[in-house]
Amino acid sequence: MRWPLLLVLLFLLAFPPIASAMGLEFYQGLLTKIMILALAASSLNLILGYGGMVSFGHAAYFGLGAYTAAILMREGVSSGWVIWAVAVGLSALLALLIGAICLRTRGVYFIMITLAFAQMIYYLVVSFKQYGGEDGLRARRPEFGLFELTDTALYYLSLAVLAGALYLLHRLINARFGRVLQAIRENESRALALGYPVYRFQLLAFVLAGALAGLAGVLMAHYTQYASPNLLAWQQSGHLMMMVILGGVGQFWGGVLGAAALSIVEEVLQDLTIHWQLGVGLILLAVVLFAPRGLAGLWRREP
Amino acid sequence: MPPSLLLEQLLNGLQFGLMLFLLAAGLTLVFGIMDMINLAHGSLYMVGAYLTATFVGLLGNFWLAVPLAVLGTALIGMLLELTVLRQLYRRDHLSQVLATFALILIINEVVRIIWGSQPLLLSAPEELSGPVEILPGLNYSAYRLTIIGVGLLVAGLLFWLVNRTRVGMWLRAGASNREMAQAMGVPIRPLFTLLFGVGAGLCAIAGAFLGPILAVQIGMGESILILAFVVIVIGGIGSIKGALVGALLVGIVDTAGRAFLPLLLSQVAPPEVAANLGPALASILIYLLMAAVLFFKPQGLFPART
Repeated sequence: MRWPLLLVLLFLLAFPPIASAMGLEFYQGLLTKIMILALAASSLNLILGYGGMVSFGHAAYFGLGAYTAAILMREGVSSGWVIWAVAVGLSALLALLIGAICLRTRGVYFIMITLAFAQMIYYLVVSFKQYGGEDGLRARRPEFGLFELTDTALYYLSLAVLAGALYLLHRLINARFGRVLQAIRENESRALALGYPVYRFQLLAFVLAGALAGLAGVLMAHYTQYASPNLLAWQQSGHLMMMVILGGVGQFWGGVLGAAALSIVEEVLQDLTIHWQLGVGLILLAVVLFAPRGLAGLWRREP
Repeated sequence: MPPSLLLEQLLNGLQFGLMLFLLAAGLTLVFGIMDMINLAHGSLYMVGAYLTATFVGLLGNFWLAVPLAVLGTALIGMLLELTVLRQLYRRDHLSQVLATFALILIINEVVRIIWGSQPLLLSAPEELSGPVEILPGLNYSAYRLTIIGVGLLVAGLLFWLVNRTRVGMWLRAGASNREMAQAMGVPIRPLFTLLFGVGAGLCAIAGAFLGPILAVQIGMGESILILAFVVIVIGGIGSIKGALVGALLVGIVDTAGRAFLPLLLSQVAPPEVAANLGPALASILIYLLMAAVLFFKPQGLFPART
C-alpha cells in the first residue's frame, strides 16, 4: 500500500511544472478540483462510512465555507488565514448545532432531518440579496502573506491540505476514537452497554466532518473565485454522497477514489457528448449492480 | 386580510396537497413494504407529464391524453421494477440511493434525447380555463377546482383499494411485517411489480394535472421528490393515512406561508428585511414543520410499524 501511495504523491508534486512545460494547465485545474472534492468526500466518509451516519446535508458545511470566504472578502477581510479560521470555525459550529438535534433520530429519519437543515441553510443564504441571492457571490482570492495564491499555489495548497487531512483521518480512524466510532456503527446498543458515550462520539465525528467540509468549501471558493448557491443545494449533498458510495463506503480511500473517478468520468463524457449524464448514470448503475463495495472494494477483498 | 383571500389560499393549499399525496402514496408504500428508497419516483412524475403533453399534442384532447399517459407511465414503472429495481431489494439503503440516483440521470437524459431541452407547453383544457364563482363574490380557477375533485376521487379510490380489498390487505400486511406476510403466503413478487405500476400511475396523474400549473421540464421531478419525502416522513413511513395528512399539511403550510408570511413580516419588520426574509422563511416553513414533527414524534404522525 505504501509504494503506490508514494508514487502518486510524487506524481502530484511533480505535475505542475510538467504540465506548464507541456501546455496541460487544464489538467492542473482539474486535479485541483478533484483534490478539493476528495477532501469534502473524505470528510463525509468519516461520518457516513465509519460512523454509519447517513448525512444528506453535507453541502451545508461545504457551501457555508465557500460563502464565508466570499462574504468576508466582500466585507474587506483579505487575510487568507483569518478567512480559513472563521470558515472552519463557523462550519464546525453549524455542524455542532445541527448534529446535536439530528443525532437524536436514526435511520431514514436522520437522512431526512439532515436534509431539512441543509435546505433551511440554503434558503436563508439565498435570501440575502446583498450577498448575491440566487446569483451567487464573486470571491476574489485572499492574501496569504507568505505566497501569492496563483493557480499553481492553490494546487499545492489543496494538495497539502488534502494530505494533512487524510493523515489526520487515518490516525483518527485507527485510534481509540475511530474504533469506538466503528463499534457504534456495527452495534449501537452494545457500544452503549459497554459504557461508551455514544452520542458524544458521534457528535464529535459530525463536527469534525463539518469542519473539514467547510475547509473544502473555502478552497472551492478560491478555486472558482465564486460562491455559488449550487454548493449549498441538496444536489451537492447527493453528489458528495455519490462519490463516497462510488469510491467505497467506510473504505479509507473511498472518498478520494470516488471524487477522482466521478470527476474524471464527467469530464471525459462531457467532451464526448452533450448527453454525458446518460453515461454517468449507466456507469453508476453498473457499479451498484456489479461492484457492491465501491471502487476501493475492488482490490481490497477483506472487509 | 379579507376572508375570501384566506379561502382561496386554503383551496390552493388543498389542491397542491392532494397532488403531493398522489406522489407520496406510491413512495410511502414502496418505502414501507419493500424498505426501498426510490429516488427515481420523481422521474416517473416527469415522464407522466411529458407523456400527457405528447398525447395532448397528438389527440388534441386532455381527457383522452391523461388515461393514456397514466397507462404508459404505469407500464414504464413496472418495466423498471422488473429490470433494475428488483435487484435492489436485498441491498442496503445506500446502494438503493446510488442506483436510483443513476436512474434519475438516465431518465432525464433519455427525456432530453426524445423531447429536447426546452420545456414543453401543456395547457389546461379550454373549458376549464376560466374562473367559477364558488361563493357569492368569490371566483376560483375552474381548473384548480377540477384538480381538487380528481385528487379527492383518486384518494378515495386508493383508500378503498388499500382498506377494503384483498390486495390492499396484503399491502398493509407487508407494510407492518414483511417476513410474516411472506410466510403467510402473500405473493410478494407480483405484488411488488403491481405496486410499482400503481405508484407510477399515481405519479403520472399528478404530473398530468400539475403540468399546466408548474412547468413540464427536465428536473421537475427532483424538486417535488424532496417534498414527497418530507410528506412521508411527517406522516410516518408506510402509512397511507399518514401520507394524506402529511401531504395536506405540507400543501397548506407551504401555500399559506408563501402567501401570507411576507405580508405578516412587513408589519413587524422594515420593508427591506421583510422583502428578503419573507420568501426565505416561507420556503423554510415546511422543513421546520418536519423537524418539529420528528422532534415530538420521531416515527412520524402515523407510524405503520409498531
